[in-house]
Amino acid sequence: MMQQLLIYPLLLQLFLSIVLMFAWGKVNLQRIISIVGSIVGLVFSGMLLYQVLTQGTQTMQAGNWAAPFGITFVADAFAATLVLLTSLAGLAVSCYSSASIIPARIRFGYFSIFHFLVLGLIGAFLTGDIFNLYVWFEIIIISSFVLITLGGEKAQIEGAVKYFTLNFLASIIFLTAIAVLYGLTGSLNMADLAVLVPKLENKTLVDVAAILFLIGFGIKSAVFPLYFWLPASYHTPPSAVQAIFGGLLTKVGVYALIRIFSLVFLGDSFLQETLIVIAVLTLFSGGIGALVQKNLRKVFSYLIICHIGFMIVGLAMFTEVALAGAVFYLIHDIVIKTNLFMISGLIYRIKGTVQLDKLGGLYDKYPKLSLLMLIPLLSLVGIPPLSGFWPKISLFLAAYDTQNYLVVGMVVFASLLTLIVVAKLWAEAFWKKDAELPERSHFLYFDKLWISRRIQFIAPIVLLTLVSLYIGFGAEHIQQLSTRIADELINHKQYIDAVMTNRN
Amino acid sequence: MEFLLAIITGLLYAAGLYMMMRRSLVKLILGLIIIGNGANLLIFLLGRITKGSPPIIGEHEKLLSDIYADPVPQALILTAIVISFGLQSFAIILVKRAYKVVKTDDLDKMKATDEEV
Repeated sequence: MMQQLLIYPLLLQLFLSIVLMFAWGKVNLQRIISIVGSIVGLVFSGMLLYQVLTQGTQTMQAGNWAAPFGITFVADAFAATLVLLTSLAGLAVSCYSSASIIPARIRFGYFSIFHFLVLGLIGAFLTGDIFNLYVWFEIIIISSFVLITLGGEKAQIEGAVKYFTLNFLASIIFLTAIAVLYGLTGSLNMADLAVLVPKLENKTLVDVAAILFLIGFGIKSAVFPLYFWLPASYHTPPSAVQAIFGGLLTKVGVYALIRIFSLVFLGDSFLQETLIVIAVLTLFSGGIGALVQKNLRKVFSYLIICHIGFMIVGLAMFTEVALAGAVFYLIHDIVIKTNLFMISGLIYRIKGTVQLDKLGGLYDKYPKLSLLMLIPLLSLVGIPPLSGFWPKISLFLAAYDTQNYLVVGMVVFASLLTLIVVAKLWAEAFWKKDAELPERSHFLYFDKLWISRRIQFIAPIVLLTLVSLYIGFGAEHIQQLSTRIADELINHKQYIDAVMTNRN
Repeated sequence: MEFLLAIITGLLYAAGLYMMMRRSLVKLILGLIIIGNGANLLIFLLGRITKGSPPIIGEHEKLLSDIYADPVPQALILTAIVISFGLQSFAIILVKRAYKVVKTDDLDKMKATDEEV
């Protein structure tokens, strides 16, 4: 039974979303099912990570079809870590949603779709088959389409058109890339591809496939020239939806990039240089974009883009230290970005707006809450010893070792930009004198909520803040984990062996 | 046959991209549908086309002895068609909603998400 543990987090999410459909009209029941289910999911994912760390990579051949022919599910340390983080963010957002999402949205199946989204994310992390990865991506985007449009406000619909178009296009490009790769190798299993692709003689077509994958995943992870859909759509849905989008959707693109470019397409200097250029420009344009925005949610949207650059930089340099930095950053970023958007939702609930020039006086009125929000903001910048600081050390070291001084400069510059953005945000929203805003009618202010709802608002933020504090102060554990993951990514032979020999 | 399919695939991609760059919402969706069909044809084409030899093992044999058509691309295309069918129906409803809410089908006029609220 424990052999198939890796499929449990996946099945649980599927089960939850189906059960939630049967509780269609019962809002409170849905809230309870979702929170309890997410806690169980977190336990399963924790057990999976423990099993992977103690016993090595776990695999499962769907339908008992031997490795290159059937669909394989693989849980190596990288995938299992991300599944755990997904479950963690899922639990936080599920708790947060039950307070912040209005009953009307819940009645139209918010929670069911939310768990489908988490299902898609976990599936994408666990699959070892490239076409199956496409299918999980489709599950992710179709659930995110529903979540982004649910409610049907004008801005939401407009944002959804932009979000939909580019993500659909990304899927088609991804599918084209799969077609080219299948035509070249006749295989879809990623471990099998890792063996077959280096032997191919037609290097030009391999490059074409690699670039198609880069564009497809690049749109999804919002890297430099392909990110314009993100700031145009991410601020439109409710902040709970935005939290799960910002925390995980772009990261699954980054995961796919790291997986494909560390396993299948290797050792191409052209690709590496392209990735470095893309990463540097992403850092720059995301940071500058965040600087000029006045809407808090848009500021955070641009910061997502900016910080995607750190992970791509790590991937591009492709040394063990660099990859460890990228993986560490990914771990830190999932927690912190989910938290940030929940914080922006909390600020919206307190003040009724997220416009920086209208905000103010938060520190005066809510000193404890402000301190709570300060920790994630400082972790985001990477003030030592908080969590954003440690991965940057690895990235610096790797950039010096590989003599990419442009990268060194840009990592410093992007961190500085983030610092300026956060300082500006703190000054505007927390320290500035409170501007008297006209009271909005029909708006449920934070003060007027029941105490239990208020706890549901704050508990997930406290949870994720504690996790990022752990990532910061327990950095040694995370660093060990990321180094192990980086080692597994570079020496990917054990991944291949685990897939190809384990025919249970 | 391959030559013809290659030409058609190219045309579909080109037509789809061209339609996507127009300003009308409906043309945008049509473009996405066309380019999706192009991708499906491409999988079919790159999976090697083998005429008239289905992958069926004869009654008195144990293995496939002859060259046979690869069944995997068909399975892939089938999956992709079903998925894109779902996405397209969503897209059509979305376009209708967008037209009702925004009261235009001109993409250039959809600027509410870029404005400061």
